[in-house]
Amino acid sequence: MQLDVAIQKKQGDFSCDVRFSLTGRRVGIFGASGSGKSTLMHLLAGLLKPDRGHIRLGDITLFDSAAGINLPPEKRRVGVVFQGAHLFPHMSVRRNLLYGWQRTPAQDRHLQPDAIIDVLNLHHLLDRGVNLLSGGERQRVALARTVLTCPRLILMDEPLTGLDEEMKFQIIPYLIRFFASFDIPLLFISHSLLEMRLMTRQVLVIEEGRVNRQISAEELARSSWAGSRQGYANLLRLGQPEACGDLWAYEWGGHRLILTEGGDGYENIFELDAREILLFKRHPEATSARNLLPCRVGKHIAAGNRVRVELQCGADQLIAQIVPESLRELGLEEGKEVIAVIKASAFRRLF
Amino acid sequence: MSFLQPSDTQAILLSLEVACTATLVSTPLGIGVAYLLAHTRIPGKTLLEGIVNLPLVLPPVVVGYLLLVLFGRHGYIGRLLAHFHIQIIFTLTGAIIASSVVGFPLLVRSIRLGMESVDSVYGKAARTMGAGAWDAFFTITLPLSARAVLAGMTLMFARSLGEFGATIILAGNIPGVTQTIPLAIYEYTSAPGGDRMALSLCLVSIMLSLLVLLASGSVASSLKRR
Repeated sequence: MQLDVAIQKKQGDFSCDVRFSLTGRRVGIFGASGSGKSTLMHLLAGLLKPDRGHIRLGDITLFDSAAGINLPPEKRRVGVVFQGAHLFPHMSVRRNLLYGWQRTPAQDRHLQPDAIIDVLNLHHLLDRGVNLLSGGERQRVALARTVLTCPRLILMDEPLTGLDEEMKFQIIPYLIRFFASFDIPLLFISHSLLEMRLMTRQVLVIEEGRVNRQISAEELARSSWAGSRQGYANLLRLGQPEACGDLWAYEWGGHRLILTEGGDGYENIFELDAREILLFKRHPEATSARNLLPCRVGKHIAAGNRVRVELQCGADQLIAQIVPESLRELGLEEGKEVIAVIKASAFRRLF
Repeated sequence: MSFLQPSDTQAILLSLEVACTATLVSTPLGIGVAYLLAHTRIPGKTLLEGIVNLPLVLPPVVVGYLLLVLFGRHGYIGRLLAHFHIQIIFTLTGAIIASSVVGFPLLVRSIRLGMESVDSVYGKAARTMGAGAWDAFFTITLPLSARAVLAGMTLMFARSLGEFGATIILAGNIPGVTQTIPLAIYEYTSAPGGDRMALSLCLVSIMLSLLVLLASGSVASSLKRR
């Protein structure tokens, strides 16, 4: 995807002046509520007309005030998955799915309904009324019907907001699998850092109607750490586990991690709070914690009474959060060897 | 002596004809006006809204008189129609026009409320899925307002069945041509000994109104179940 945007729009007291140019397949738009994310989504989809500027998607101009071009939403082929799904309540799931597909010109229909229904596991829902679906099912149907319009770009506007945690982590794997198997560029709009890290690589940070930064999702997580009261969350992508007594062993960064959670997850992505990692100068020999990882200390950054320490564990990296006093006592200079101690129960499975 | 006179049967059939025609003819226009009022920002919207609602607050006799001024032989529209040998006053068409004008605000109000309660995101979603503005209106907005349209039609139909003031002025009270149930009842009550006949027609009127309410109730609940 090559998206080139320079638009201005004034709406009452709020003005949106957005300029960015991006390439990439999964890009996030991150910002607090009221920052202008939804306005930007409406402008891109053609549901709001910018006051001036241009929007170009690949070699197609969607809007150009100077040239007098303003493609209506139905001609843009920019799919939108709205917050709260908004499935048509007077239609069955099947008719919702086919609504856009039937309106897509035959030469543009490069996806077939059956394939999408398969991937998103919607077979058993086809003849149901949409009012009988769960929140997660509604979002899957909303994604499927948007994808079936075979769009050049999909905008997802806070698709997971309003769903509970469990539901969220049921849908994210579907989304990841989906966008991995179909080559459709995605702009994922959210105010959740975790969703950004799971769903996107690059992120545009929007503040007060302006693009503030364009950084990677990981950089965003690290830079947001100082301002957030929560600790930094390490995301670990672990392979298939092996049973190890009552516990489970996973390969990670050349080490063997022992966790209480095992079994067959989709991708085995775990979250580990940076505050749960204890650092020891020497091997503690005996401890109740199951994971003792020799690491090399990387950079550390202080924010108030907290210090974030980067730890290089073989090929992978972890972030630990400690207090400045501990840093001084341990003498944690860059390059020094330490032992990171983590309890088997400190890892939380996301999906 | 039977329950109803042959002229009563004629009045009942005429009433049904007037109410059905007025409702069916007004509905597309009512949907259009309701959409303009609910979803667009056209100039002069307040004025349009005022004109549409005027018959609701004016005495029907005033509405009838204004219509007579417009459609009479020397009226603005009447003169124009006379060129084509079309006469409105003292005809069935006159009765239908009177009923339509008086019932129109009820129709529009109901449909407008229904359309305003449809979340605009549905229409937006349809547009991003390739539907043009008309397509989105006919496949999304209108079906989602179906219950309100039906409610408006019911109100208008019932109002037409009971329409008296505007009709008697514009269309007169001609048995077999423009004499609907209320006009027939009026004639019975103003003649000596007509009370029993008037009562029979009142009963018919009550039955018809109940039937309309029941029918619209069952259609509305079947729409809700979908």
